[in-house]
Amino acid sequence: MSASDHRRAEAAGDPDRPREATRAPLLSARGLRLAFGGVKAADGIDLDVMPGEFLAIIGPNGAGKTTFINMTTGYLRPQAGSIDYDGQPILGLSPRAIVKRGIGRSFQLPQLFSEHTVLENAALAIAAHAGLWSPLTPLLRPRYREEAMALLDRFGLAPLAEARADALNEGARKLADIAMAAALQPRLLLMDEPTSGVAATEKMGIVETLVRVLRDTGVTAVFVEHDMEVVERFADRVAVWSQGRIAALGPPEQVLNDPAVLRDVIGIEPAHHA
Amino acid sequence: MSASDRDAPGVAAPRPSMRLPEAGLALAGAAALVLAAWAVPWLKFVLTIALAKGVAVLGILLLLRAGQVSFGHSMFLAVGAYTVAFLAPAVPEALLLLPLGALLGGLLGLVIGLFIVRYRDIFFSMLNLALSMVLYSLLEKLYDLTKGTDGIRVSALTFAGAVPDRETQEWVMFGLALALALGFGLLVRAYLASPMGRALAGIKTRETRLEFMGVSARRVLLFAYVFSAVMGGAAGTLVAMTTRHVTPQLAYWTSSGELVFIAILGGAGSALGPFLGATAFELVRVYAAAAVADAWQMILGGVLLLVILFAPGGLWGMLTSRLRGRA
Repeated sequence: MSASDHRRAEAAGDPDRPREATRAPLLSARGLRLAFGGVKAADGIDLDVMPGEFLAIIGPNGAGKTTFINMTTGYLRPQAGSIDYDGQPILGLSPRAIVKRGIGRSFQLPQLFSEHTVLENAALAIAAHAGLWSPLTPLLRPRYREEAMALLDRFGLAPLAEARADALNEGARKLADIAMAAALQPRLLLMDEPTSGVAATEKMGIVETLVRVLRDTGVTAVFVEHDMEVVERFADRVAVWSQGRIAALGPPEQVLNDPAVLRDVIGIEPAHHA
Repeated sequence: MSASDRDAPGVAAPRPSMRLPEAGLALAGAAALVLAAWAVPWLKFVLTIALAKGVAVLGILLLLRAGQVSFGHSMFLAVGAYTVAFLAPAVPEALLLLPLGALLGGLLGLVIGLFIVRYRDIFFSMLNLALSMVLYSLLEKLYDLTKGTDGIRVSALTFAGAVPDRETQEWVMFGLALALALGFGLLVRAYLASPMGRALAGIKTRETRLEFMGVSARRVLLFAYVFSAVMGGAAGTLVAMTTRHVTPQLAYWTSSGELVFIAILGGAGSALGPFLGATAFELVRVYAAAAVADAWQMILGGVLLLVILFAPGGLWGMLTSRLRGRA
């Protein structure tokens, strides 16, 4: 189900529709501030992410989009503000502790173990999640192999299971990177530019696969994206980042038709877009 | 990789791969060593030392998998050796001293490791070197206890309660070293194939990913470090029991450099690499020293230079490329 289908279902009173308004936010950031020297990467960020939604973050380079992901996942610590996940503060926790609470992330540059096969990468993530670290039993024992193959199958990567991670093209690397994050069974997945560097012909197929898997497993997603077509088609809401602030926030059809967003973020004159 | 996988979209450059029968190669190598020791009796001593060093180099190999180089690892070898030297008068049983030396090596590894796994790259290397030099200085300066650079003569040992004659003892030590080499080789191989071993390699390439998988890279490295220290301690006991004389030189930085030298010479691609490297190292050293007594280090240096330039995978890499070429 695409984001627009979700929104239509909501309007029609579908019992399966997202019920963000009646639920507490899964992630809640308040007053986040972080500056690198004179550059304000976060200048009072307030954002709620509702359970089950797909929130796209757009904005020019250097606006602070990745910084938000880094702060949420414990990689960077803000100078001020708070972040609550599932009602509990997570600021000051290590990335490991945050992952264990149910927040996963993927990276702009896929972080695969390049010397291992795709199957081994997936199995390692599954083993990490299971917490089974016996030093003498093989990684590819039947249980992990089956689970890893099932995971790769969901992401359409099963035919590449035996390929080394460094032999994959960018699209497959991005999917494998996200599959590794998904192996940890997060409730919230933060994805940093999941389609950057992916060939235009592959892009929609990859995002469709990704969205289907995440929707099927009930994962809430926040993703940084530059492709407005992807945003329009798959996001429930869009947050526009500009100089460390959220300049606009709302449904894609509203935000992406905002003249200021069109001019300052997308870089086209509103008249041309119309 | 199957043919269908090679055709799969998403793969840029499929690579051929072939599993080598490492177990068969290990057994063939062991048989060759036994044959050499039987055919040339004086080689027993050289090969026993080579196997002992190979066990210590297995520890270096583990750290290399994580992208870390220890320039102080011979300190664990020294701990094992001095365990034998200190305790042999009271506990002459070799089969007790051997696990004791390994255990004490592991304990020191745990104490040092808790601190040192916080560091990476040059800092990791230099801290190991610094700590080994502290141990070297203590062994050298505490004369009343260690007899300084004179060293300690290891008193007579028993093997399972028996006191074998010299020839039998040489065979027993050779057999013990071979058994430990095979045993530790198997353990290392199993460890590297386990999730922990795979995560260890991840420290070299994607430490950030490990953390975001909920895995403590420090704990993974600490386990490998302690494991390598245990092997260093075991190797030290073998060296002490074979040479019957222990000096602080064992902890000196050049001894650690020698272990790294052997690791590069043998190649880090397999648990067999350290033993290939150690055997080649000891044989070249013995024959080069006999041929050109004043310049044997130059010959060893030349051999290493040739390996680095023409076989960056070490002797193991050369061997596997030849075997794959034939297949």
